[in-house]
Amino acid sequence: MFLWVIQRDLLLAMRQRADVLTTLFFFIIVVSLFPLGVGPEINMLRAMAPGVVWVAALLASMLSLERMFFSDYLDGTLEQMLLSPQPLSLLILGKVLAHWLVTGVPLILIAPVLGIQFNLPMDSLLVLTASLLLGTPVLSLIGAIGAALTLGLRGGGVLVSLLVLPLYIPVLIFGAGAVEASSVGLGASTHLSLLGAFLLASLVLAPWAAATALRISME
Amino acid sequence: MLKVSDLECVRGERSLFKDINFTLEAGELMQVNGPNGSGKTSLLRILCGLAIPAHGEIRWCGNAIRSLDGEYHNVITYLGHLNGAKDNLTAIENLRISSALAGNEIDESKAYVALRHMGLGGHEILPVKVLSQGQRRRVALARLLVCRTVLWMLDEPLVTLDSTAVKLVQSLLEQHLDQGGMVVMTTHQDINVAAVVTKRLQLA
Repeated sequence: MFLWVIQRDLLLAMRQRADVLTTLFFFIIVVSLFPLGVGPEINMLRAMAPGVVWVAALLASMLSLERMFFSDYLDGTLEQMLLSPQPLSLLILGKVLAHWLVTGVPLILIAPVLGIQFNLPMDSLLVLTASLLLGTPVLSLIGAIGAALTLGLRGGGVLVSLLVLPLYIPVLIFGAGAVEASSVGLGASTHLSLLGAFLLASLVLAPWAAATALRISME
Repeated sequence: MLKVSDLECVRGERSLFKDINFTLEAGELMQVNGPNGSGKTSLLRILCGLAIPAHGEIRWCGNAIRSLDGEYHNVITYLGHLNGAKDNLTAIENLRISSALAGNEIDESKAYVALRHMGLGGHEILPVKVLSQGQRRRVALARLLVCRTVLWMLDEPLVTLDSTAVKLVQSLLEQHLDQGGMVVMTTHQDINVAAVVTKRLQLA
């Protein structure tokens, strides 16, 4: 059942590749704009790289959030999910996982390449990738709550950013912090452990919260 | 089996309907009539648990549907105004996925048979977005052919269907009722379903 939902969403993403590519190119462009804007001073670029990549990742994942439930809401498939004998939170977990595979994973894969653009050393690139690997699923999970709460509201897209971006702050701090800590030689394990803890906590709580929010939005 | 007591639905300040009482036994058909805006869709959404009534209670085999939750979803099939079919998936994918979501996984050949029966032969592997409105409705109705649920709730199932399809639905409903199923449906069109007991509910 869980697998059916993932399979379905991946199949839909394959048929609408534009949605996936938009997120990815948005990420690449936002990250690439910074060196152009602040000038080619190499030490400054290296210092701000983790923050820039992470902020761009937050915005990129934000971009696709509204779509997470909206198209299912419009064509009635969301109603059918609510009436499924399976727990709704499990189905939502499937949708979130598919969302992450489609929007999060490409960012993780491209991030090291963008890191080279900022002249990040090899160690930092690895930590950056690891922090994104732990952090981006949290973005999708928390985003699902926001998307569920604003479903069907006019101007839901703006509202979802206002709701969700503040909740992303801890992920941003520890994600970017991990890379900075490793580059000054402090080791990234503390930051990464905290990101892991965020992931576990949101994995348990977010599907349940999103399910409750969806039931309220659909009434 | 299905027992509804003192049901009231409030939308905004207005009470759409109240004091709705009925029971539905095996093999019975309940036809809900009423003008536009009288709360037919709201009633069906309440009956399947998507919406919460302002007052009253719905019991399935003696248990409140709120407490049954997933167990209740195992016995109902709800077909709303929206077809619940994804535009970018083919008819066959849609049917298989919606059946799987309803807890009833079917293989491809079974889905083919159901779609052919609904008169969609030759259109099975087309994306639903290229089908006409009536054909999309048929894709949604094909779910009824493969599901194993007892209680069907159909909201305007005949909308956009041609006369052949209406006959198909009619025989589908008769067969279901004959096997001890139950149907609650709203419709503006005339349909003569031969049921043991046909109940009518008139919403003001």
